[in-house]
Amino acid sequence: MPQAPDPITRNLWHVVAATDELPIGLVETTLLLDTRLALTRGSDGEPVVWLRTDEENGDEIDADSVLERLPVRTAYGYTWTCLGTPDAELFPIPEFAEPDRVNMSCGSIGIHVSAPRAVENFLDMGHFPYVHTDILGSEPHTEVKEYDVEVSEERDEVLATKCRFIQPMAAKSAVGAMEVEYVYRVPHPFCSVLYKSCPEDETRRDVIGIFLQPMTEERCRAHLLQSMIDSTSTITDLRRFQQTIFGQDKPILENQYPKKLPLDPRSETPIRADKSAIAYRRWLSQKGITYGVIPQAS
Amino acid sequence: MITLYDFELSGNCYKLRLLMSILNLPYDIVPVDFFPGRQHKADWFLRLNPFGQLPVLKDDDLVLSDSGAILAYLAKKYDTSGLWFPDDPAITAEVLRWHAVADDITSTSSAARLALGYDYNFNIEKSQRGAHRIFRLMDEHLWFGEKAGRDWLCSPAHPTTADIACFPYVMLSEEGGISRQDYPALRRWTDRVRRIPGFTVMSGIFPAGPAKVD
Repeated sequence: MPQAPDPITRNLWHVVAATDELPIGLVETTLLLDTRLALTRGSDGEPVVWLRTDEENGDEIDADSVLERLPVRTAYGYTWTCLGTPDAELFPIPEFAEPDRVNMSCGSIGIHVSAPRAVENFLDMGHFPYVHTDILGSEPHTEVKEYDVEVSEERDEVLATKCRFIQPMAAKSAVGAMEVEYVYRVPHPFCSVLYKSCPEDETRRDVIGIFLQPMTEERCRAHLLQSMIDSTSTITDLRRFQQTIFGQDKPILENQYPKKLPLDPRSETPIRADKSAIAYRRWLSQKGITYGVIPQAS
Repeated sequence: MITLYDFELSGNCYKLRLLMSILNLPYDIVPVDFFPGRQHKADWFLRLNPFGQLPVLKDDDLVLSDSGAILAYLAKKYDTSGLWFPDDPAITAEVLRWHAVADDITSTSSAARLALGYDYNFNIEKSQRGAHRIFRLMDEHLWFGEKAGRDWLCSPAHPTTADIACFPYVMLSEEGGISRQDYPALRRWTDRVRRIPGFTVMSGIFPAGPAKVD
């Protein structure tokens, strides 16, 4: 039997699907925190989520017939639910509402690793030249320069700023190598949002979100969001760019051992580039998250 | 001019990118949003391939589908060496035999990957078992080949489209939860494929390290 999730995790809003990709009138099944869920959308387009019993993927269903429902909210193109008592609010991404941005899901992809490992990989710049060769990095520009990390008390999130990296092809809209500046936010234990210099408009930033759906302690689904300033690329082009990057990360993530994220500072040896990961691990520890991690021995 | 209707994370599309890279053939890409957009089932795509499958390749006005068939076409048309799809009848049969194995690898190893990663409704355990059965047979075939001085799936002393066709979903098997740890000869063969001049990667497949020099 899987162990019950800690109360903090249980009461979080968790992403479960890209709303537009949920079929209207058909059941989709998934797993959240070892719990079987069924999902659909009503004829009004609104998602409905409930605890799965004997429903199978693809069954026809009238959403109105589902009476016992889990709480649902939609945000950033995704459907979120909660198995406990949710907070009123989900973390803000104000840029998403800017009218000239191209917002899109980039697919929900299953990975055989814990959600916190996937967040941590998202925060790491050190792997760019080796894993995303000639796109997000290239030798000999392998140095992760000093950057700032803080935990914002007011917003309860990890914030890494002044992250700079020389990237051969920073985005679909890039026309050559550039030094890119990143800001990373971790506003939710299993979600991260990054802001990076936009090749098309130097005054603004492209926004990329990774929202992890913890299926079990060692498996998750990565739901990817792009909110871009790009007046020329198609959605297909932009998705392809992001999926290319994610497809490179996938085998690396799935080969991490242990699959749960160890929170004891002595269990893995960090380097300077891992400053944001150290802050993230400490933040999870202080929150009392035990799901998908190996907690620090008390 | 060649145009490939392509999805980056598709091993079947990658087979064609790989052979065209080895043959140094220029081509254009039309990206198809296979996931999550399911554009391979859209009307415009079904007009190119009524079976609704990637890849599709256009060479001027000629429209082709099925990765194995297109590999044969590209080799016969553009490989001036004649090595990648040899004319000898017995060897042609050998190559086509392995093209069929490649399709079996797709329906097992790739199916497990699609089920685990992309939410496809396939039977994961059955797909994994099927892939292990094929990998065991390939490992034996390659192991005896090595003992006899044969490095590739078919008998010639050079790779053929059979090796290209079988390679991607062997390499991507771990995404389907299928370890290659028990198949050392299979792993050595994947290293040899990755050292073919002109080799190129796809997302999820990394280059091989340099070969050991005696």
